[in-house]
Amino acid sequence: MGRMVSTFFNGVINENPTLRLVIGMCPVLAVTTAVVNGFWMGVAVIFVLTASNILISLLRNVTPAQVRIPFFIVVIATFTTIADLVLAAFQPDIHATLGLFIPLIVVNCIILGRAEAVASRNTVPLSIMDGLGMGTGFTLALIILASIREILGAGTWFGLPVMPEGFEPAVVMILPPGAFVSLGFLLGAMNLITARLSNRPMGSKSQSSGSAGQKLEG
Amino acid sequence: MEEKKAMPSLEKLVVASSPHIRAGETVDRLMWQVIIALLPATAVSVYFFGMRSLCLIITGVVTAVLTEALVEKSLSREVTIADGSAALTGLLLAFNVPANAPWWMVAVGSAFAIAVVKQVFGGLGANFVNPALASRAFLLAAWPTHMTGQLPLPLDTMTGATPLAILDGTASGTLPTYLDLFIGNVSGVLGETSALALLVGAAYLLWQKVIDWRIPAGFIGTVALLTWMFGGRDGLFTGDPLYHVLAGGLILGAFFMATDYVTSPITSRGRLIFGIGCGFITVLIRLWGGYPEGVSYSILLMNLVVPFLARWTQPRVYGTARARV
Repeated sequence: MGRMVSTFFNGVINENPTLRLVIGMCPVLAVTTAVVNGFWMGVAVIFVLTASNILISLLRNVTPAQVRIPFFIVVIATFTTIADLVLAAFQPDIHATLGLFIPLIVVNCIILGRAEAVASRNTVPLSIMDGLGMGTGFTLALIILASIREILGAGTWFGLPVMPEGFEPAVVMILPPGAFVSLGFLLGAMNLITARLSNRPMGSKSQSSGSAGQKLEG
Repeated sequence: MEEKKAMPSLEKLVVASSPHIRAGETVDRLMWQVIIALLPATAVSVYFFGMRSLCLIITGVVTAVLTEALVEKSLSREVTIADGSAALTGLLLAFNVPANAPWWMVAVGSAFAIAVVKQVFGGLGANFVNPALASRAFLLAAWPTHMTGQLPLPLDTMTGATPLAILDGTASGTLPTYLDLFIGNVSGVLGETSALALLVGAAYLLWQKVIDWRIPAGFIGTVALLTWMFGGRDGLFTGDPLYHVLAGGLILGAFFMATDYVTSPITSRGRLIFGIGCGFITVLIRLWGGYPEGVSYSILLMNLVVPFLARWTQPRVYGTARARV
């Protein structure tokens, strides 16, 4: 059971795909103009990641090694299409805003990376926890980044005004340069926190083995 | 800077690689000389735009110096506010905002220039673009209405479109005369309006050998040539180069911002190419781009290619074979 929990938190903190592995950056930069967009993007990724991890893990013993990548892509594309259609049906506004970035989950390297590194060589429960953990880590990173950008760039959070009367939003923060600047500071802060934490004895040094994220471009 | 502090007991025994003959120039001296050279333009700015201009300039300088001290303290670096580079950045940033800009915007811009553009990349000497200009681009994207001065003026300062906006056709109004442009009696950002005051400062810098003539000459020469060729409405060679040189931020940019030591090439040929490139991009933006003025973006873009220019124009070591590029 401990392994399950540590696998989950590994995805959220130690190997957070966005802030530690720095993979799958395209949607991170593109959709974080508002917290609500980041949230729904995260939900879609959690669903696709967990579901494809389950299927790939179930079929891992019958998948020929030579064609495993096309197989992963077909599985991921299936679940991405489901997520795309469900969002279009129930959250049409969000679907319109996220636009191309929902179909692009297919080529998001977090999902292919986890399929290759974890789901294709581990049991179903572990793959589920890995998918949930990685997805949650991704979602949290998106929400933090989108919060910085939405608050500074629009003066709102989840669409609600949060800044005092005289505040004039800095439009640049919801433009692409704002994404890069905030992401840089967020990565720096994460490195600082990690360095501080690793100097201190944190109970157990639980670097869960075997789930080292493979860095894939994407 | 470093040698001064290292091992005082061995000060007499200098074991260092060449150059062995040193001029008395220090970073501090050069930076303060540039600030001195900008004083006439500051005075003219205060004369034409009123006390508001002085307040904005002081805000810019003070915020820049405070940010530098704060960031360097918190990163346990040596605090280098005495070298004047932060003050210069703050001054140049304030020169880049219109007179009716709110004070907090200048403060945010100064802090951004020092903290994000300069200190994040390692402080003075390590920033890859000009901090004041990068921050100006940031402010222009963040608060476009404040940066273009399209708000009603609270004081009896000058109002109206900038000369280049009129020339560009994006704003209406009568074009000011050459004399007004030369003295600075036109609207625009704080530091750019008076060609006379800027040229006095530039002459001082050239005389003191603080700046090299190649960057400004290449920059202004290219702008003059290309606007003469393509700037006219009636065909080739009917443009008004003098107007394009005097209006807008060309003189401020060419003499005081493009010549920034950190972000310009060190070779003579590289400097000439750098200046010509700046001029070329400026004209592209002024004549065919979406903005009426392109000086700041042209310098920022050329800042990015400085490492390539430095490698490309590296002088051949005497006696060695010509390297194949």
